[in-house]
Amino acid sequence: MGQAIQSALNPTGIQAARISDLYWLMFWTSTVVYVAVLIALTVAIWRGRRSDAGEPSRATAAKWVTAATAISIVTLIGLLFASVATGRAMGSLSTENALGIEVVGYQWWWSVKYKNPTPSLEVTTANELHVPVGRPIAISLKAFDVIHSFWVPNLHGKVDLIPGRENLITLQVDRAGVYRGQCAEYCGLQHAHMAFNIIAEESDAFERWLTAQRTPAPPPSSPELTSGLAVVERGPCQMCHTIRGTTAGGRFGPDLTHVATRSTLASGTVPNTPDALTSWIKDPQHIKPGTKMPSTGLSEQELQALVAYLQTLK
Amino acid sequence: MSAETDQLAATWQDPPGLLGWFSAVDHKTIGIRFIVTAFGFFILGGLEAATMRLQLARPDNGLIGPDLYNQIFTMHGTTMMFLFAVPLVLAFGVYFVPLMVGARAMALPRLLAFGYWIYLFGGIFLYVMFALNIGPDQGWFSYVPLAGPEYGIGKRADVWAQLITFTEVSGLIVAICLVTTIFKLRAPGMSLNRIPLFVWSELVTSFMVIFAMPSVMIASTTLILDRLVGTHFYNPADGGDPILWQHLFWFFGHPEVYIIFLPAQGIMSMLLSTFSHRPVFGHQALMLSLTATAFIGFGVWVHHMFATGLPQLGISFFTAASIMIVIPTGVQIFCWIATLWGARIRYDTPMLYALAFFVIFIIGGLTGVMLASVPLDLQVHDTFFVVAHLHYVLIGGSVFPLLGGFHYWFPKMTGRMLSERLGKIAFALLFIGFNLTFFPQHVLGLHGMPRRVYTYPENMGWGTLNLLASTGAVTMFIALCIYLANVIISRRSGAIAGENPWDAPTLEWTTSSPPPAYNFSPLPTVTGTDPVWEHTDEVPIVVGVASECREVLVTHVMDAEPDHKKEWPEPSIWPLWTALVITGLFIGSIFTPWAVVVGAIPATFAMVGWFWPKRGQSPEALIRRLEAGDHPPLEQVL
Amino acid sequence: MSRPAIDVSELPPLAFGHRGIVWWATMGVIAIEGAMFVLVMVTYLYLKGRSPHWPPGFFPPDLRWGTLNTIVLLASTVPNQFAKSAAEKFDLRGARFWLVVALAFALAFNIIRIFEFRTLNVWWDSNAYGSVTWTLLGLHTTHILTDFIDSCVLAGVLYFGPVKASLMVDLSENSLYWYFVVLAWLPIYALIYWAPRLA
Repeated sequence: MGQAIQSALNPTGIQAARISDLYWLMFWTSTVVYVAVLIALTVAIWRGRRSDAGEPSRATAAKWVTAATAISIVTLIGLLFASVATGRAMGSLSTENALGIEVVGYQWWWSVKYKNPTPSLEVTTANELHVPVGRPIAISLKAFDVIHSFWVPNLHGKVDLIPGRENLITLQVDRAGVYRGQCAEYCGLQHAHMAFNIIAEESDAFERWLTAQRTPAPPPSSPELTSGLAVVERGPCQMCHTIRGTTAGGRFGPDLTHVATRSTLASGTVPNTPDALTSWIKDPQHIKPGTKMPSTGLSEQELQALVAYLQTLK
Repeated sequence: MSAETDQLAATWQDPPGLLGWFSAVDHKTIGIRFIVTAFGFFILGGLEAATMRLQLARPDNGLIGPDLYNQIFTMHGTTMMFLFAVPLVLAFGVYFVPLMVGARAMALPRLLAFGYWIYLFGGIFLYVMFALNIGPDQGWFSYVPLAGPEYGIGKRADVWAQLITFTEVSGLIVAICLVTTIFKLRAPGMSLNRIPLFVWSELVTSFMVIFAMPSVMIASTTLILDRLVGTHFYNPADGGDPILWQHLFWFFGHPEVYIIFLPAQGIMSMLLSTFSHRPVFGHQALMLSLTATAFIGFGVWVHHMFATGLPQLGISFFTAASIMIVIPTGVQIFCWIATLWGARIRYDTPMLYALAFFVIFIIGGLTGVMLASVPLDLQVHDTFFVVAHLHYVLIGGSVFPLLGGFHYWFPKMTGRMLSERLGKIAFALLFIGFNLTFFPQHVLGLHGMPRRVYTYPENMGWGTLNLLASTGAVTMFIALCIYLANVIISRRSGAIAGENPWDAPTLEWTTSSPPPAYNFSPLPTVTGTDPVWEHTDEVPIVVGVASECREVLVTHVMDAEPDHKKEWPEPSIWPLWTALVITGLFIGSIFTPWAVVVGAIPATFAMVGWFWPKRGQSPEALIRRLEAGDHPPLEQVL
Repeated sequence: MSRPAIDVSELPPLAFGHRGIVWWATMGVIAIEGAMFVLVMVTYLYLKGRSPHWPPGFFPPDLRWGTLNTIVLLASTVPNQFAKSAAEKFDLRGARFWLVVALAFALAFNIIRIFEFRTLNVWWDSNAYGSVTWTLLGLHTTHILTDFIDSCVLAGVLYFGPVKASLMVDLSENSLYWYFVVLAWLPIYALIYWAPRLA
């Protein structure tokens, strides 16, 4: 934890690693240049500290200025080459056998869909991407409303999600773990609370997760859970949310079919615990002021039943 | 003093009384108004910054909510860029360019007055709307669709877009006045390659203004059209494109930062020269560098758009250009070091600000090279790394020289010296506070903190650096309060300055402090770049310009040979009336397009009142005179 | 002690063209407005480049009124030039006359412009093509309208006074602006009327 989360200087993917290398090259080059210029300035002033030491001859000064300029040009061209080389490396990641995901940015959450040639095998979730380690991930990026930006610093640079356009980002994770990302283009009131997680796991664990995500919601197995489902199907929830296996088919909010498997709620804003879930549903505006989810005015009993039901959506 | 100077004073004075105050067209009067107003907005922008830093000092802080925070960061950027920085760099030109080129006045004085009023009214408009909770909240570059008709609810984005119109009209007007003055009103002998580097920087900057500001005018106008009358420039569903906004905005936005930077580089040359008592090394190279920076500056705008998914091939060009633009600035830095080589430096407050430039700006320039690299930019774009970079270049590269320049020129404008003690204390606190505020932000950006967030979670590990930055912000605030106190106190009780307290080389230091309304008597000529240091009594003066009426000598563009004498406009209340009417038109047009049609009528009347000559003969009498051959001999004018 | 002096008392009180102040102010305005025209034209081409069909499902603007107006605008440069030459010869009578003739043309091209708008075959809020076409035409229209109004005002001063010889300079530079407005129309005409036909 600490400063390793969401840090471009803590790369766990090949692309972020190359960028980090480039950064350090530029950092040290810059440091040398900076120190050299300040030394030159200090010497210049030092030489005149008691009395004016006389202007250098035009020829000498011109020579030094030209030399410094030439060194600067060469250094800059070197850095330009390093940058271009890094850029090419970024683009050279093979996309063979890539896992196809489509991410759509909404104010202020992320819809995540695992593509499949067979539509019934597609998986839709929100705010979390599970990915297999060591396999290229091809994510197509779209925006539903305004411009957002998909950014997981541990893995790669950011790419914007722009309404009317489709952008593509290709990632590969080298190490299993949880990597936090955050929207990086100001998108309105709750831009600050639009985070997501990329959970990288070994191939077989990933396949198991994906298969589990394909199953619809289990039917309620107790009276409380039944009334919880009733709140979903007859109340306001189904206007925005989808829970496969129920009649809730709304498309303006995150898919909740497996919401209990996610580690956070409200796009990374609060942890996914029963208490947090209850507070969130009761008064979303208190946790994320400006969020599009309204307070639903449920009674305590309804709320309790609803939370219990949602907890079964594993 | 003499009968002639008495007459000149009577001719050129600003008219007295309240009506006179509103009718003034003297460039020094208007220059001071611009400077005071710009510093006023600097204070407001600074308060906005302080508020943000207080909110961000701790994770999950509840000082301000998202709505107010989003308005504040928008107001901060908008105020600093449009209402402080550009007006101030042009304002120093308005006050000092005519003096530095040895002219009696600025060209197009009534237009200049109008340019001031429009700026003032625009700024007031923005802040009144902010106070009424209709202040903009889409960021100072107002991306669509967030600022568009569907997601930019209410009038906030319209207020921003119209503020652009006010400030851009003002800037464009001042640019025209500056170009005309610098090309046509220079003292004989001041050929183009002998003009002070500050004047050259104002010339180049004015050209940048003329070619860059139209882009943001088109952008803001098309945004208002999308929002008000249903056009589809930025609506992807009907053939529009949000990326078009970014192109139009940044085509302006990048030159904008060079507009803010170049005059400061001019001030740097000036301060380093004066306080080392050395002519600047590489005068021609410095002129070329300023020009090259301006040209290349128009070719780098896409580096603000690297994350938008544009094609790789085109993007590489912008990386190369963004790296190459460093070179002319590097040349300037090396020439400045050559200027100082072995010189005995006087460490007065203005010089300290100039030296601080090297320490601060260069860091910003180097992080700029990092940002020019696409892969690295994709990591740090839209994070606090960029916030750090832009403040290092804008504050180190522009604000520090401007504060030093103001300290330097204060005696000329007011006749009194600022306190060196208070000046140095303010400088030291500002230097420390600035670095404390912004250096940690580089690290925050690299560690994943995006910009424009009203808060951040506890467990990200960003708390300590944010607290450090906020402490620095408080320090900066105190420093600027001391600077302001220095100005207020010294205005009344500072040491009397005299004509040339710094033993500086340029023409403004050859007249009294403050200068008389007519600037110079006698009118000077020059034979080199540093008139005060080079002059002997053999350098000619100019005689034959009338003193009983407002007459100005107009010279040739290249070599400043005397060409003709023109009668200059008198003070007039029409620029104010026109500005008031146009303000009404601009404000009305964010509520209804009919305001343009309706507002055009009084606007036309105001402009007719402005243009209609007040003195002259009847057309028939003039025809008789012209037909009788009583007009300036043709061979002298054709 | 007398210093050497350059005596400028014999210099004339006014100058035409680039030697004079008003020319530079006018050129400044031309540069700004020219930059605006170029940017809107570039915007037109940008949006066209992103559109598979241009115009999208509409007829291009009718050629008749736009082509007629192009002719009228170009023709208006003739009295405009005569007014300029007369002004530079201090022929106030001649300058007045030709300015009024030019104003007749200006009235004509402003009226014909109304018909151009009516036969664009698209509204500004139909789609991006309509938006940029109306904006481009509208921007030029504000110029022909202001050119007409300010030339009327100038004519008013020339007929009712008070006048001075320096007004001849204002008249000459007004002609410069007139040329700009006419010449700027040519690429705009090409874009609005021909670009959709040559897709």
